[in-house]
Amino acid sequence: MAVDVNSNKYTFIFAAGMVIVVATVLAIASEFLKPMQKENVANEKCQNILSSIGIEAEAADAASAYEENLVKALVLDANGQVVSEPKFGAFNINILKDYKAGLSTIYKANSDDMEAMKTALLAFGDGGVNYPMFILSKAGEDVYVVPMVGTGLWGPVWGYVTVAGDGKTVVGAVFDHKSETPGLGAEINQASFQKPFEGKTIFDESGEFTGIKVTKGGAKGSNHAVDAISGGTITSNGVTEMIYRTLKIYEPYFRELQAETETTEVVQLSLGSATLALNVEQIVDGIELSAE
Amino acid sequence: MSEAAVAEKVKEPKEPLFSKKNRALISNPLDDDNPITVQVLGICSALAITVQLKQAVVMSVSVLFVMAAGNVIVSLMRNLIPNRIRIIVQLVIVAALVILVDQVLKAYVYDVSKALSVFVGLIITNCIIMGRLEAFALANKPWPAFLDGIGNAFAYGGILVIVSFVRELFGSGKIWGFSVLGEKVGALLADGTLATEATGLYAMGYVDNGLMILPPMALITVGALIWIQRARNPKLIEA
Repeated sequence: MAVDVNSNKYTFIFAAGMVIVVATVLAIASEFLKPMQKENVANEKCQNILSSIGIEAEAADAASAYEENLVKALVLDANGQVVSEPKFGAFNINILKDYKAGLSTIYKANSDDMEAMKTALLAFGDGGVNYPMFILSKAGEDVYVVPMVGTGLWGPVWGYVTVAGDGKTVVGAVFDHKSETPGLGAEINQASFQKPFEGKTIFDESGEFTGIKVTKGGAKGSNHAVDAISGGTITSNGVTEMIYRTLKIYEPYFRELQAETETTEVVQLSLGSATLALNVEQIVDGIELSAE
Repeated sequence: MSEAAVAEKVKEPKEPLFSKKNRALISNPLDDDNPITVQVLGICSALAITVQLKQAVVMSVSVLFVMAAGNVIVSLMRNLIPNRIRIIVQLVIVAALVILVDQVLKAYVYDVSKALSVFVGLIITNCIIMGRLEAFALANKPWPAFLDGIGNAFAYGGILVIVSFVRELFGSGKIWGFSVLGEKVGALLADGTLATEATGLYAMGYVDNGLMILPPMALITVGALIWIQRARNPKLIEA
C-alpha cells in the first residue's frame, strides 16, 4: 500500500475520520428511531399505571386503556397541594429526570428534616417540584396512583403505588429498575414481590404516617411491611426509602381523602341513629298506647 | 456443544469454506481453547449474569452477534488500522455496534431491550470480544475471523448456560423462571394468588441454597467446570 498506515498523519486522519463516521451513523440511527422509542416508553408508562390498579394491558392498547380508565390527572407541589395551572401535564412530568437533575441530592441532604426539605423542594428549578398523581377508576371506585423514583444498588428504581379512596389502603404496586442484579434486586419487578403490597396501609391505627417497609423476613403480620428479596438488601432499602419519601410528600392529600371518607361515615352514622331514634319513639308510643 | 462441530463436519464435502483449519476455529474454543475455562477471559460477566438461565441466553446471543460482526469489521479493516491506536479503534467499533443494536431493539422489540439493559455495558467490556479482535481478527481474513467469532461466542455461551442452569436450579429452584422443585410459601401461583403452603420438595423440608445466587458461587461452579475439563482432556494437563 502506498500510504504508510503507521505515520502520525495517517493515524490522526484515521482517528478523526472514524469518529465522524461512527458519530454520524449513531446520530442518524438515534434520530430515526426516536419517535418509536418515545412511543414505547409512553406505552410502558400506561402499562405500569394500569398494572398498579390490577389491569394487565398489551403494550399496543395500553394508551387507549389508560385514557378509558383515567378520571383525572393532578399535579401536586411539595406541600401536597394541588397545583391549579401546572407547567406540564401530569403525564409528561419526567420524575426520573427531575430526580437525577438534583432532587436526589435534596432528598439525601434533608432526609431527617422534613421542613428544610420542603423549602428546598419548593425552591427547586423554576417554580418548585411538580409531583404527578393519576386518579383512575377501578371497579367504579376512584383510586390514586402515585409514581415514584428512588435509588437501588446499581441505578435508579421506580414504581407506582396505588392508594384506595380511603387514603390509606394500598390497592396495588408495581416496581421496576434500570440495572439491579438479576435474580436478586431485579426481582422487585416480579409479581411475587409486588403482590404482598396489596391491602397494606400507609398509616397506622393512631393515624401516624408509616409508609411500607421492605424488611428481611420480618413482614409477618405487619400491616406496614412486606418481605424483602434475599440477597437484595440494598435494593429493598432503596424501595423502602422511595415509598416513604414519596408518599410523605402526598401525605397531606391523603389526609384530606381520609377526612372526606370519615365525614361520610359520620353522616351515615348520624342518619342511622336518627332512624334508630324514630324506631324507639314508635316503640315508646306503642308502649304508651298499650298502657292506655 | 459437540453437536455444532458435528454439524459443520457433515457440510464439509459441499462447502470448501469449512476446511479442516476453519472447522478448528469453531471447535477449538469449545474445548481445548475455551475462552472462559482455559483462557480465563470474560469471567466478570460470567459472574454477573448467570443467576438465571434466561439472562445468560440473552447475553450469549448478544455476544454472538457483536463478536461475529466485530470480528468481520475489524478483519475487513485490518490493513487500514494504524497500529498505535488499534485498541481504541476496536473499542469504538464494538461500542458503536452495541449501541446501534440497543437503539434498534429499543424501537422495535422493547421487551428484549429491557431484558438486555444491564448487559449492554457488559458486552462492551467483555474481554473475550476485545481479546479475539486483537488476537485473531487483526491478522486474519474476514471468513476465518467470522468463524472464530462464532466459535468463541458459542464456547462462552455454553459455559454461561451450564453455570446459570446450576445456579438457577439450586439457588432458586427454577429453570427458565419455572419452578421445577415445587412451590415455596409466598410464591406466585398460575392463578395469580400467592401460595400459602409449600409443595413438592419444599414440603419435605428442602431449602434453596442462598449462596448459589451470590457471585462467589459462580466462581466455584466455573472452577468445578475447569476441574472436570482438565481431568478429561490430556492436552490441558500442565506438567
